[in-house]
Amino acid sequence: MSTLSAHSSLDRDPDDNTVEIPGTRAPLVLHLETFAEVTSTVCRVAEARRAPMAWYVAFALSLSLLGFLGFCVTYLIFTGVGVWGLNNPVMWAFDITNFVFWVGIGHAGTLISAILFLFRQKWRTGINRFAEAMTIFAVICAGLFPGVHVGRVWFAYWLFPIPNQMDMWPQFRSPLLWDVFAVSTYFTVSLVFWYVGMVPDLATLRDRAKGKIQQIAYGLFALGWRGSNRHWHRYERAYLILAALSTPLVLSVHSVVSFDFATSQLPGWHTTIFPPYFVAGAIFSGFAMVLTLAVPARELFGLKDLITLRHLDNMNKVILATGCMVGYAYSMEFFVAWYSGAPFEKFAFVNRAFGQYWWAYWIMVSCNVITPQLFWFKSIRTSIPLMFILSIIVNVGMWFERFVIIVTSLANDFLPSSWDQFTPTWVDIGTMFGAFGLFFTLFLLFCRFLPMIAMAEVKAVMPAADPHHKQSHDHGRAH
Amino acid sequence: MSTATHAHSQAASSAPRPVYGLIAEFENPGDLMHAAEKVRDAGFTWWDCCTPFPVHGLDKAMGVKRTILPVLVFFAGASGTAAAFALQTFTNSFSFSTWAVVKVTGYPYLISGKPMMSLPAFIPVMFELTILFSALSCVGLMFLFNGLPRLFHPLLQNNRFRRATNDRFFVVIEARDPKFLRGKTEAFLRTLGATAVEAVED
Repeated sequence: MSTLSAHSSLDRDPDDNTVEIPGTRAPLVLHLETFAEVTSTVCRVAEARRAPMAWYVAFALSLSLLGFLGFCVTYLIFTGVGVWGLNNPVMWAFDITNFVFWVGIGHAGTLISAILFLFRQKWRTGINRFAEAMTIFAVICAGLFPGVHVGRVWFAYWLFPIPNQMDMWPQFRSPLLWDVFAVSTYFTVSLVFWYVGMVPDLATLRDRAKGKIQQIAYGLFALGWRGSNRHWHRYERAYLILAALSTPLVLSVHSVVSFDFATSQLPGWHTTIFPPYFVAGAIFSGFAMVLTLAVPARELFGLKDLITLRHLDNMNKVILATGCMVGYAYSMEFFVAWYSGAPFEKFAFVNRAFGQYWWAYWIMVSCNVITPQLFWFKSIRTSIPLMFILSIIVNVGMWFERFVIIVTSLANDFLPSSWDQFTPTWVDIGTMFGAFGLFFTLFLLFCRFLPMIAMAEVKAVMPAADPHHKQSHDHGRAH
Repeated sequence: MSTATHAHSQAASSAPRPVYGLIAEFENPGDLMHAAEKVRDAGFTWWDCCTPFPVHGLDKAMGVKRTILPVLVFFAGASGTAAAFALQTFTNSFSFSTWAVVKVTGYPYLISGKPMMSLPAFIPVMFELTILFSALSCVGLMFLFNGLPRLFHPLLQNNRFRRATNDRFFVVIEARDPKFLRGKTEAFLRTLGATAVEAVED
C-alpha cells in the first residue's frame, strides 16, 4: 500500500491534480504538507493588517452599488410600486425574476455542503465554506425582493401567522405562503449549518489572535470550542444530521418557488416539470456563481493550493451536467406544449421563442444550453480565464431564464385585448444591479474577516490525518 | 464540582494555584490514538483528547459512547410536523377561539372549493417546520450536551494548548479523576510518547 502510493507520487505532477491515475486518489491539497501550513494559509487572510488593494477597490464598488440599492428601495417605499415598469398583465417582472435568480444561486452552496457531504465527496471541503456563505448572502438578496414587492412594506408582517387587529390569518393553501416558510426555513437552516461548521475554525482564529479585540471577537463566536473529542463526537453526528436535513430542504425550496408558477392556470407556468427543472437550474446557476467567486478569491488570497484546479474542474463538470438537464427541460416544455393539444399552451411557447421577447429567449438558450457544452473539453474546463467567462455567461443566461418564464407568460395570456409589454424603468434596473452590491459587500466582508476555507475539514482529508499514516519524513519540528 | 476543587486545593497546598489537570502533547493522530487506548485501559474517567479536527477511530480508542442526539432530533422533528399541522388547521379550518398570550380565533377560509381540512395543501409547511425544528434542536442540543457556549475554560488559558486548534493533539487528564495523582499520572503520560507534558492551572 505504502509502496504503491510512494510510486504514484513520483509519477504525479505535483502542480496538477486533475490527472486521474488508476489506483490512487488525486491529492485535494497541493504543496501544503503539514496541518500548520494549512492553518496559516487560511488564517493569513483574516489576520493580515491590510487586505490586497483589489479588495479595497472591489469593496468600494460594491458599497456604492449597495448605496444605490438603498436609494432605489427608499424611493420605491416612499413612492409606491408604480416606480417599477409593472402593468396590468405583467404584475411580476424584475422583482420576482431577481427573487428566483438569487434563491437559485443559493442552492449550489447547500448542494456542496450537504449533498456532496452525504455522497462522501471529499473535494467539497475546499469550497464548502464560502459556497455556504454565498448561499446565505444570496438568500438575503432574494428575501429583499418579495419584501419590497408587497407594496406596503410596513405590512410585511402579514406574511407571518401573527395575531393581528383584523383577526385574520395568512392563507395556508397558497404557494406564496409556502414560499415564506420554505425560504425562511432555508435561510435559518443554512445559517446554522454555516455557523456550526465555522465554530472550530473560529476557535483557531481565537487561539492565534495577536490583538485583544480579535481574541474577544473570535472568542465570543467560537463559543469556547476546544477541540475535545467528546465534543467532536456529538458535533460530527449533528453535522451529519444537518446535512441529511438540508438535502431534502434544498430540493423542497426551489420546488416550492416553482409552485408559485406551476399551481397557477397561466399557460407557460402551468407545468408539472417545474419543480425538478427549477432545482436543476438552481444548481446550475449556483455553481456558476461559486466559480465566479472562487476564481478571483483563490488568486487574490493565495488559496490556489486549497482550491485547486481539480476543484474547479469538478465544478465545471457539474455545470455541464446541470446545463444539459436544463436544456432537456427547455425542449421537454416545447414537446409537452405541442403534445397537450391545448392551443393556449402551444401559443405560449411559440410566442416565447418567436414573439416580442424572442431575444430574451435566445439569450437564455445560447447562454444556458449551447455555451456550457464547451465544458466537454478538458482544456476549457481547466482554463481559468475561459471558465470565469463561461461562469458569467451562465449567470446571465439563468437570469434571463427566469425573466422569460415570468414575463413572456404574463405579457401574452389568454385574451389578446389584455396583452401588454413590460419595459423596465431605471428603478427596476437599479434594484437589480444594487442587489449585486449587497451580495458582493457581504461576500467581501466575509472573505476579509472569517475563515474562508473550512480548515478543520480540509485537515481531516489530508493524508497525514489518517492515524495509520506513515510519517515519510520529519516535519513540524522546525516551528 | 466545587467540592472536587476544594478537596484538590487542600491536597496541593504547596502549589500557588490549584491544578485543573495534565495535558500531554502529541505530534500526529497516530501517536494520540495509541496513547488514548492506553489511557482508556488505565481506567481514567475524567479525561479527554483535544484535536484540531475529528480523528477517525478515536471514539473507539477512547471508548466514547454513541450519542443519543439523533433520537432526540427525531422527536423534535415530529413535534415540528405536529405544530405545523395544528397551526394550519387552527388558523384556516375552524373558527375556534383560544388564549395564546392574546385571544386568537381561527378563520375558516373557503378557497377555490377546497375542503376546510385540505391536508395536501398543508404538507409543504408541515415539511418545512419539521426540518426547522429538527435542525435547530439538533444544533441546540449538540452545544448543550457539549457544555457550550462556555466563555472561560482553564485549558484555554494555557499557551501550549493553543495549538490544539492548529496542528497538535492533546490528551487531557483532569485532576478530579479519582485515579489522578500528580506525579504518577505525569510519569504515566510521559511513557505514552508525548512530546511534552504540562500541568494546567485551574
